[in-house]
Amino acid sequence: MNPTLRTARLLLVMVASLLAFQALAHEPIVLSDAAHQELRLDAPPKRIVSLLPSLTESVCELGECARLVATDRYSNWPASVQTLPKAGGLEDVQVEQIVRVKPDIVLLVHAPRLLDRLQSLGVVTFQFEAQAYPDIARNISVLGAMLGVPERAKTLNAQIEQSVTAAAAEARRRLAGRAPLVYYEVDDGPYGAGPDSFIGQELTRLGARNILTSDLGPFPKLNPEYVVRANPDVILISPAEAPNLANRPGWSEIRAVREHRVCSFPPDVRDTVIRPGPRIATGVQALADCLIRVAP
Amino acid sequence: MSSSRIIAASELQARAERDSSARVARWMLIYILVALLLAAMSLLIGTSSLRTSLEWLRSPAALSDAVLWDIRLPRALGAWLAGALLGLGGAIAQNLFRNPLAEPYLLGSASGAALGVTVCLMAADVSLSGLAWMGELGVTGAAFVGAAAGITLTLTLCRGVLQTASLLLAGVVVAFVLGAITSLLLLRSPDTWRAMQSFLLGTTGFLGWRSAGLLALVFALCLVPAVLLARGLDALTLGEDAARSLGLPLGALRVGLLGLLSLATAAAVSQAGVVGFVGLVAPHLVRESVHVNSRQLIIAAPLCGGVLLQAADLASRWIIRPSELPVGIVTACLGGSYLVVLLWRKAQRE
Repeated sequence: MNPTLRTARLLLVMVASLLAFQALAHEPIVLSDAAHQELRLDAPPKRIVSLLPSLTESVCELGECARLVATDRYSNWPASVQTLPKAGGLEDVQVEQIVRVKPDIVLLVHAPRLLDRLQSLGVVTFQFEAQAYPDIARNISVLGAMLGVPERAKTLNAQIEQSVTAAAAEARRRLAGRAPLVYYEVDDGPYGAGPDSFIGQELTRLGARNILTSDLGPFPKLNPEYVVRANPDVILISPAEAPNLANRPGWSEIRAVREHRVCSFPPDVRDTVIRPGPRIATGVQALADCLIRVAP
Repeated sequence: MSSSRIIAASELQARAERDSSARVARWMLIYILVALLLAAMSLLIGTSSLRTSLEWLRSPAALSDAVLWDIRLPRALGAWLAGALLGLGGAIAQNLFRNPLAEPYLLGSASGAALGVTVCLMAADVSLSGLAWMGELGVTGAAFVGAAAGITLTLTLCRGVLQTASLLLAGVVVAFVLGAITSLLLLRSPDTWRAMQSFLLGTTGFLGWRSAGLLALVFALCLVPAVLLARGLDALTLGEDAARSLGLPLGALRVGLLGLLSLATAAAVSQAGVVGFVGLVAPHLVRESVHVNSRQLIIAAPLCGGVLLQAADLASRWIIRPSELPVGIVTACLGGSYLVVLLWRKAQRE
């Protein structure tokens, strides 16, 4: 991201927070979403539908879990959201379910068809971006402003940043100058996590080097040969795949496979790694523990 | 109608016999040479530059050896074998049903095989990319059951009316329904969704020596009986009555050929995913270039299909390297355009 854009976004967050303060004095809340659509709210929304687990988690971590009236089917944390009505996933949303719970606002990420449908039904939507690491703090700030709890958002962001910084510092200290070459496999297409994805950015912060390059995009589908050629020191992969890596053609030659430098996370930990939400510090800690444990 | 077809068929056959078998042999040799050329190219083309690949060949090291001999070579061989099996399936289907559009994909057998693989993988909670021998066999078995079920369903639906559009209509219906069931199963496990999606789009990325060995075994198991049964296929092209009058056990012949078709499709799908159009196009390409009888077609169509999938595999990993396109998308684009040309030419002739 270029510095101008980053400054612009920072400004946006500041403006949003400022406006949120005004909301306390019964001023309307004005926010601009990832699609540059302006949202005007007279009061913080009381009935919220979230269609992304990380957004659900953020709303709850801001202490406003009670405002959620429905979520997507993948939202499973904290436990209280599991009993809420489920409106499908982003690819197969049940629009009727959303309309039925009469939300004041629907929180989602880029999904043009769904957005059009909801807007034509008069449902208020707000679009987030959740690709890169900075999106996490930005989304929490925007949600804080929207829900009228900007201070709590600030505190939460500070806590996250502090934990991540501490985890990164500890990892770098214990890696002591080693910069392991890492391959994070999202699934066995094989799709990998590139350096510009939030997972890639976290790994970089921990002092690891990614075998993928930025020009491939955040989550590229790879020729398996690419991974063998890159010869990563460490592979992070799902528990189902981890024991079978040596069965893949040529992969037994990869250092990480040869020397068993492979990490995989149980589902509940994996959620904290792959969701760009408020529990990201737990995910970063898991990544750090892995690198410290297996990096050569 | 049927008498005129008999005359046309026997005329064709006479022409095919006049066409010296040397010409057919020459074409087969061409296919084999092209396959070898493509195999050599696929050793050089991958995520590395051409110069790097050549350097690897000159000065071997453990890692470059793995890339060249454990990834690129078995991948080329596996793609050839999967294509050959699909070409064989297409040749059997088109002759058996006397329908120029019959092929594993349009008969519902490929979708059945894909469903079999999906059910098997989900039940065992494993993925395709890292299977050991037993896993490969299990998945291929499941694919065979699915392929046989798919084709049986198609034949039941069209009630034995094989030559007309109703066979294809039934096949398309079965393919859609089985595809929908597969999607439904995948929706239930979002974690495997994307990985299985790349399987459903066709993938040659993880073809290794184990896959190549399995494909080679099945290819041999299918090709030999198919060649032996080819005389029966020739008789069938004269019409059922003619075939019966020659004393052929039609029922057994059909079941045997359907079994071979299912096995060929199952092996190809379980290793390379759902790759469309190769089975359809390969027999047509052969017939376009040379007049063949059934036995010659059953040998030549696999040779041609192998070359087609090998070429598609090369394209899939070269176009957006070091990323990769699903190979099924490449074959669909190439095969689809060829089908359009075929239809256009037919319209011109008429």
